[in-house]
Amino acid sequence: MKKQSKGKELLQKLATLMALAILVIIFTIAVPGKFLRYPNLMNVLKQAGINCLISAGMLITLITAGIDLSVGSNTVLCACTIGVLVQNFGITNPVILMIAGILVSTFCGFMNGVLLTRLDLPHPFVSTMGMKNVLLGLALVITSSTSIGFTNKGVDSLLFLGSATIGGFPVSFILVLVVFFCFDIFLNRTPLGRQIYCVGGNPEAARLSGIPSKNVLTFVYTLSGFMCGLAGVVLCGRVAVANANSGATYDNDAIAACILGGASFTGGKGTIWGTLVGCLLMAVIRNGLNLLGASNDVQYIVIGAVIIIAVTIDVTRNKMEARARKMAAQ
Amino acid sequence: MSEYVVELKNITKRFPGVVALKNMSIGIKPGEIHGLIGENGAGKSTLIKVLTGVHTPEEGEIFVDDRKVVFKNPVQSREAGIACVYQELNIVKQLSVTDNVFMGRAVKKNGLLDYPRMHKEAEAALKTLGHPEINVRRECGKLGVGQQQMVEIAKAVSLDAKLIIMDEPTSSLGKDEIAQLMETVRSLKARGVAILFVSHKLEELFELCERVTVMRDGEHILTEDIGNMTEDSLINAMVGRTLDNLYPKEVGVKGDVWLEAKELKESGVLRDVTFQAHAGQITGFAGLVGAGRTETMRAIFGADKLDSGEVYVKGEKVHIRSPKDAIRHKIAFLTEDRKGQGLVLSLDVRTNLILANMDGFCTGPFFDKCKIDSTGTDIVNDLRIKTPSLNEVTAQLSGGNQQKVVIGKWVNTNADIFIFDEPTRGIDVGAKIEVYHVMNDLVKAGKCVIMVSSELPEILAMSDHVVVMREGRVMANMDRDSKHFNSEDIMKAAWGGELE
Repeated sequence: MKKQSKGKELLQKLATLMALAILVIIFTIAVPGKFLRYPNLMNVLKQAGINCLISAGMLITLITAGIDLSVGSNTVLCACTIGVLVQNFGITNPVILMIAGILVSTFCGFMNGVLLTRLDLPHPFVSTMGMKNVLLGLALVITSSTSIGFTNKGVDSLLFLGSATIGGFPVSFILVLVVFFCFDIFLNRTPLGRQIYCVGGNPEAARLSGIPSKNVLTFVYTLSGFMCGLAGVVLCGRVAVANANSGATYDNDAIAACILGGASFTGGKGTIWGTLVGCLLMAVIRNGLNLLGASNDVQYIVIGAVIIIAVTIDVTRNKMEARARKMAAQ
Repeated sequence: MSEYVVELKNITKRFPGVVALKNMSIGIKPGEIHGLIGENGAGKSTLIKVLTGVHTPEEGEIFVDDRKVVFKNPVQSREAGIACVYQELNIVKQLSVTDNVFMGRAVKKNGLLDYPRMHKEAEAALKTLGHPEINVRRECGKLGVGQQQMVEIAKAVSLDAKLIIMDEPTSSLGKDEIAQLMETVRSLKARGVAILFVSHKLEELFELCERVTVMRDGEHILTEDIGNMTEDSLINAMVGRTLDNLYPKEVGVKGDVWLEAKELKESGVLRDVTFQAHAGQITGFAGLVGAGRTETMRAIFGADKLDSGEVYVKGEKVHIRSPKDAIRHKIAFLTEDRKGQGLVLSLDVRTNLILANMDGFCTGPFFDKCKIDSTGTDIVNDLRIKTPSLNEVTAQLSGGNQQKVVIGKWVNTNADIFIFDEPTRGIDVGAKIEVYHVMNDLVKAGKCVIMVSSELPEILAMSDHVVVMREGRVMANMDRDSKHFNSEDIMKAAWGGELE
């Protein structure tokens, strides 16, 4: 029985990995000599970086049966905060800039948690959707709806995280791997990490077992905000511009990556490594379509279809599990 | 012409890895109340699902009124005249009584719903059940559980069902409601409807049924007139071995007062609750459903807020604001609803066992995996939890084993005061006895055990001291050796009568 469930788990992980492999093969054949080259693959990792960081935060909100719809706005707010500090206040110390940006995003995440748990807003869908609009508005206000460039402003060291490479390998993806490794340990080997799964699986049982469910939830949204901050810093380096409108697709991409990676809207499930595979899948799709010369509109359609397929997979998987459970309960 | 209205002959139903029903036969006569019992996992649910068309058996035949039928789906079974009232009611709480009675087969007139007629028929159905007081226009969610059940039965009646299956119908009802339900069941019988009555409560079977069928491991063990059976012989047939003692009570050494409550008040629920519980004893809480026993325990545990009152643990006044505080004061609380409040069903046994004491299983900031696994294995062995491994998802375990996981969770907190709220509800006889053994062991180790139970025999057999509650008040306190320690006096106190 143990082997069987382990085998099933492995198969589930492999299923996403297989999808990734199949996509890679398809694009290798479809765009010969372009897709499967070291520089391009490194490009994929570079493109995946921001989504990876955001998805890690999204994952833990999904595990608690919640969702964070404000991640896109929160990420650009971080970038815009840094941009404003550089342009309007002349601050060039990269450490101060980074800390300021991450602090703003973390605080916004904390607010998401507080709105949800202390004001008892019905579902994080409501509180974070509200915040999504508020934060986007803030980002537009502080930048006066303009783009702020970072080049030749004396902040090149700030851009290091998002733009530098070591032997062609993007530093941003090294950051992703380090962060994901920490998440793995956090989720599986620390009480708070495990409690996140418990709160997601059954908040009332968790509370009656002495787990402070509300605090755990507040922490989860705060951490999601922190991850947006990190992603915002990487974003500054990657595009060297702070633009309030650049985060439109981030929410969807993160949710889709998590679901593709095995997380579920019903909570209690999902692993960080599955999420990594999910993010790579999304990045490969975007990159491959770019190489094929597909225009933006086509990309939207494909990504939309992928999201629907991912959710369908999630629903079917739940149904199958419920059936297996029913059978075992006979 | 056979004497049965519905008959199953040699039914076999297999699931991957298990044979749920083996060559099972049962026949129900018209106008008969037929009891069906068996331990959890004996195949009762599968049998019901075969009758209601949820499962199609691989082998065997089903006859309704001597006509051979094959049910491919629940609609066919319903059309053949078989209805089922499930333990977890199939009621849409937001809809009216009428809407629920006519769910899935609304009466139409000129293409629109014919509410006047449906209301009338729903009213008629409820009237035959002896419940004309239920307003058919009311939202079902606003009715009591007992009345909701009547709505379900009315649905069956309005379908003109020949056979009504009732799956554990009394498990969530209070004493009054049970009496009303029994009345209704008898009136249905008088109208010639056959009833298949599935229950864990033997005394109900003796009170209601004419014949009883016992199942074990998916097989038919016996069908007998209930008059020929005794409680012991039924239990023997169910478990397949003689249970020398249903209630293995062992008396511990009475110690100091470890838990004391003074004048607990909570608006609308608790009016005045004062009691003491000693170490080395089981303090039983008796009373009717709704007497405020669970509410008292939830308040002491910090799950709900008290308006006023004082709680003392081992002589010291404590302020418990959350379950976390309670656990810090070494109180454990096994809730009555193990699935909703006790377990995280989607997670493995290992995590559930450390749910209430995660910090106790860490070295530094990280989990001590060896300690978790060795303690987990010990608990699985000590409590005889039947699970393939610690990795098993708890949803996959049977009710009795799930309950043992919850007990294991609290044993893992090294608590001193154990509050068990309905610890044996809905679990089979074998698992019950094992739960009693755990309580005995705790008492022998000098712990303070509180047991809330609605089963009087259990209270009488296992308690050293009984507190009787009624309408948010403590009505009586009695020790095991007092002259009032008997079921009559406890019931009298629970109903508000005076004891001399």
